[in-house]
Amino acid sequence: MDVATTGLSTGCDLDQGRAGIMRPLLIIACGALAREVGWVIKANGIDGVDLTCLPAELHNYPDRITPEMADKIDANTDKYERIVALYADCGTGGTLDAMLATKNVERIGGPHCYAFYSGEDAFEMMHEDELGTLYLTDYLVRFFDRLIIKGLGIDRHPELRDAYFGNYKRLMYLAQTEDNSLVEKAKDAAATLGLEYAYRFTGYGGLGDFIVEQAKKGHEDADGNNSLLA
Amino acid sequence: MADEEDIVLSELNDEELVQQMHDDLYDGLADEVVEGTEILLSRGWTPYDTLTKALVEGMRIVGIDFRDGILFVPEVLMAANSMKSGMGILRPLLVETGAPKMGKIVIGTVKGDIHDIGKNLVGMMMEGAGFEVVDLGINIDVDKYLAALEEHEPDILGMSALLTTTMPYMKVVIDTMKEKGIRNDYIVLVGGAPLNEAFAENVGADAYCRDAAVAVEIAKEWMSRRQGSALAAT
Repeated sequence: MDVATTGLSTGCDLDQGRAGIMRPLLIIACGALAREVGWVIKANGIDGVDLTCLPAELHNYPDRITPEMADKIDANTDKYERIVALYADCGTGGTLDAMLATKNVERIGGPHCYAFYSGEDAFEMMHEDELGTLYLTDYLVRFFDRLIIKGLGIDRHPELRDAYFGNYKRLMYLAQTEDNSLVEKAKDAAATLGLEYAYRFTGYGGLGDFIVEQAKKGHEDADGNNSLLA
Repeated sequence: MADEEDIVLSELNDEELVQQMHDDLYDGLADEVVEGTEILLSRGWTPYDTLTKALVEGMRIVGIDFRDGILFVPEVLMAANSMKSGMGILRPLLVETGAPKMGKIVIGTVKGDIHDIGKNLVGMMMEGAGFEVVDLGINIDVDKYLAALEEHEPDILGMSALLTTTMPYMKVVIDTMKEKGIRNDYIVLVGGAPLNEAFAENVGADAYCRDAAVAVEIAKEWMSRRQGSALAAT
């Protein structure tokens, strides 16, 4: 299955080449999940699912998530039979869920992507083990400099590091893939922030389950054949 | 830029100096803010006037531009650090000389949450506005909040949370205050990035404060209401 048929060929661009024809399913995801969504779709042979994303930078501006998600849904409602949100609450304080409910759009469960990657119970245990933990996913490790160091202004004002992270004790890399170069980058990130380093492999966790479940939902014929799954 | 580097603060008149201090605060130039503070004091300014007209007013401008999306968190933090440096000089002098007291606030980040940037900004702005601030720190459980209320007898309880997962704890604290019959003895203000007015209402707080400057305005407003009520009762 070619990822291009899912609309992923250009990262988060939509495959909108079939004007006037309703496509089965649109996933609106956080840009930090685009690569992972692509791999899950490819690995599971899912077809007919399109992906579009909100900018990953909204990680630092949670108040913008709900209105931008609403705009994205409104722009696509008449193009898709179903739209789902691959977005955690992400600091929206419940406003995202309230908005999604009004538009009948389902969302993956969980307060943040760390929870749906590692599982909510496992995450809870990690969090209780050390409250002062900064979590990084593959994406956040990859773009640590851009999102954390530059995004929070630490490159311009190094003295702000402790204002942001002074209460943290460790950096936990929640890895979706086994990639030594990312491990090294994560270790460097921990050193940059003056934190202990910890590692946990999560794989795609609940993210994979959610996408497959959504692809199955409502697309099976009477014989149990699914039009979206190979 | 070259012109700015050439500015000698001590050569500016009071009005120009205060204006320059606003600019320096805006740009997060702590050393310059400290120098300006010392110059104003040496010219006979009271610590209170120096605080309110130079530092607090400067931060008020920063707050407006933050709200309008012109400044972002890093710049606000740098400005706050500058104000903190100036307040380091003024704080002991304010105690000595006396300054109008607006009231007392106990403030802390709720249990399970270690984020304190917003709380610290609120504490600093409250102090600048004349409130006595008792900062409990981070990861504060209901017992600590209640013990602090009993010990310090504040007018206001302020609770902060950054995480969606920790903000519901505010309701635990407020419900416990209700159970003990002390809820209405205090003004309860809540704040933090994921919060909103509806949440504040749902948990039974008196108000949601979207940023530090708003927190000060709301605190003043509630204090005057309270004082009005007290006067009305006499």
